[in-house]
Amino acid sequence: MTEIEPLKAGHAARREADAPHSLVLRLPADKPLMMDAGVTLAPLTIAYQTYGTLNADKTNAILICHALTGDQHVANTHPLTGKPGWWEIMVGPGRPIDTDRYFIICSNVLGGCLGTTGPASTNPATGQLYGLGMPMVTIRDMVRAQALLIDQLGIDKLFCVIGGSMGGMQVLQWVASYPDRVFCAIPIATAPRHSSQNIAFNEVGRQAVMADPDWANGRYFELGQNPTKGLAVARMAAHITYLSDEALHRKFGRKLQNKTAPTFSFDADFQIESYLRHQGSTFVERFDANSYLYLTRAMDYFDLAEDYEGSLARAFKDTKTRFCLVSFTSDWLFPTSASRAIVHALNANSASVSFVEIETDKGHDAFLLDVPEMFATTSGFIESSARAFGLKEAKSA
Amino acid sequence: MTQVTQLFSPDTARVDLLLIKDMVAPNTRVLDIGCGDGTLLRMLAEERGVDARGMELSQRGVNDCVAKGLSVIQGDADFDLADYPDDSFDYVILSQTLQATRNPRRVLEQMLRIGKRAVVSFPNFGYWRIRLQVMFGGRMPITENLPLAWYETPNIHFCTIRDFVALVDEVDAQIDRAVALNSSGAPMRVSAPWWVWNLFGEQAVFLLERRA
Repeated sequence: MTEIEPLKAGHAARREADAPHSLVLRLPADKPLMMDAGVTLAPLTIAYQTYGTLNADKTNAILICHALTGDQHVANTHPLTGKPGWWEIMVGPGRPIDTDRYFIICSNVLGGCLGTTGPASTNPATGQLYGLGMPMVTIRDMVRAQALLIDQLGIDKLFCVIGGSMGGMQVLQWVASYPDRVFCAIPIATAPRHSSQNIAFNEVGRQAVMADPDWANGRYFELGQNPTKGLAVARMAAHITYLSDEALHRKFGRKLQNKTAPTFSFDADFQIESYLRHQGSTFVERFDANSYLYLTRAMDYFDLAEDYEGSLARAFKDTKTRFCLVSFTSDWLFPTSASRAIVHALNANSASVSFVEIETDKGHDAFLLDVPEMFATTSGFIESSARAFGLKEAKSA
Repeated sequence: MTQVTQLFSPDTARVDLLLIKDMVAPNTRVLDIGCGDGTLLRMLAEERGVDARGMELSQRGVNDCVAKGLSVIQGDADFDLADYPDDSFDYVILSQTLQATRNPRRVLEQMLRIGKRAVVSFPNFGYWRIRLQVMFGGRMPITENLPLAWYETPNIHFCTIRDFVALVDEVDAQIDRAVALNSSGAPMRVSAPWWVWNLFGEQAVFLLERRA
């Protein structure tokens, strides 16, 4: 492929889309992915990371599903940002998801921009960028792609599937689509369908991207430009929804940024403004604008009950999977009521389900942060599920 | 909030848990409402082979239970029982919690709806020491087992054994078994008449089912 020099903001993301610093599964063209949009996608590329060792029986695999702007780099230094993995707090030796004991897999979602086939990828069949030619992706498509990877790794049944937010949607879809392939499931801060309010926020983000002249109907890479302004605004708006009013107040209040008095201008006087601008500008370094459009759309289309005649209970019919759900009191994007709806549907199936609402002011983002109650709940659940699944103790224990 | 310990002192509570355990047939499906740290659930799972589920208000209690491998949902007896379908369980247990619910009648009805049988234990407000305190002290009673003053107790709906028997009748249920415990925590003679239980029983355990 051609080198893009010098790298403009976001163009590094594009390079990562075609030549990821990751493990890569390239499926042959005769193994297409059947998509909900009614089309097939081939050849399919899946970029993924693994941690720990798969045991001889292939029974100790944990699949982590990442959220909207996450990626497969769960517990290693990120190739674009140089920052630690996004869930190192949960994944590592002795952590709730113990790399000494389990084989952990995380793949970049379908439609993503870190190496799995998405709008920023080059279609190997044509040599052209997919761009908006990429078929619309759904959560179920993402899970289908993950299942192909799990097949390829020779794993029949996953010990555990875990994820927060959009990752939690994938967890739910996993159990619904492949009921016999998931022993236990941990959907965190998620919902069985995207709410009207959430669709509204996503639409604001997409419109911000599309209103940027540099978006050019999605053909920005071909024109050597990038809608970084629009994408940054989308990220800024979304970022507010990940936090709580209380947390914002605690962190920033009305404090001014490096000054003692307001400037009476539109500069970033307030710390919160400066913080959001920073969030926006760093995001565009690592994320593709079209990918953002596709993935937010996938969340919008998610309504698990819809696929089962409007009954969420039917999606989990006679499930044998053990569930542990976690929600956070200050999460207004994926509120506790959404988790309770899932619990309700699971109860209707007499499923084995645990549920805890954790008290925190950290908002939706809590699932990515240092929340000891989340560690206690998930590690306790994983530990007891491992016993129930007949997994042996860690060597060191 | 560790509600269970606030409601009742642990020593006597143990006795009622053992009684409840004996009322539950092996290899059945059980929901324990207000399961605390999961002591009873674990006992039922390990000694009775029961498929044990729980509901608990406190985050701490739920975490303790989940860590023990129990399936427990954070929830409130007053609001969250409506989520379960009819006949979900063989037994639904409410131990020392009825008097702390906002609507005990509604809770009991829900228990009898989602369970084939209901097990309820509660402190008897007709116990003679309590009667004496009200009669001669003229103040709300404080006992070893009910140690909190009226303004800080979570027990907002006290009843006597006779009151409870009347409620059982009102919700169209029947009593399969009933045991009253005296002040030393020993079960009282089965042949004793209701008024004796109502006077000398410090707490009671009832096994109920819907009236045929």
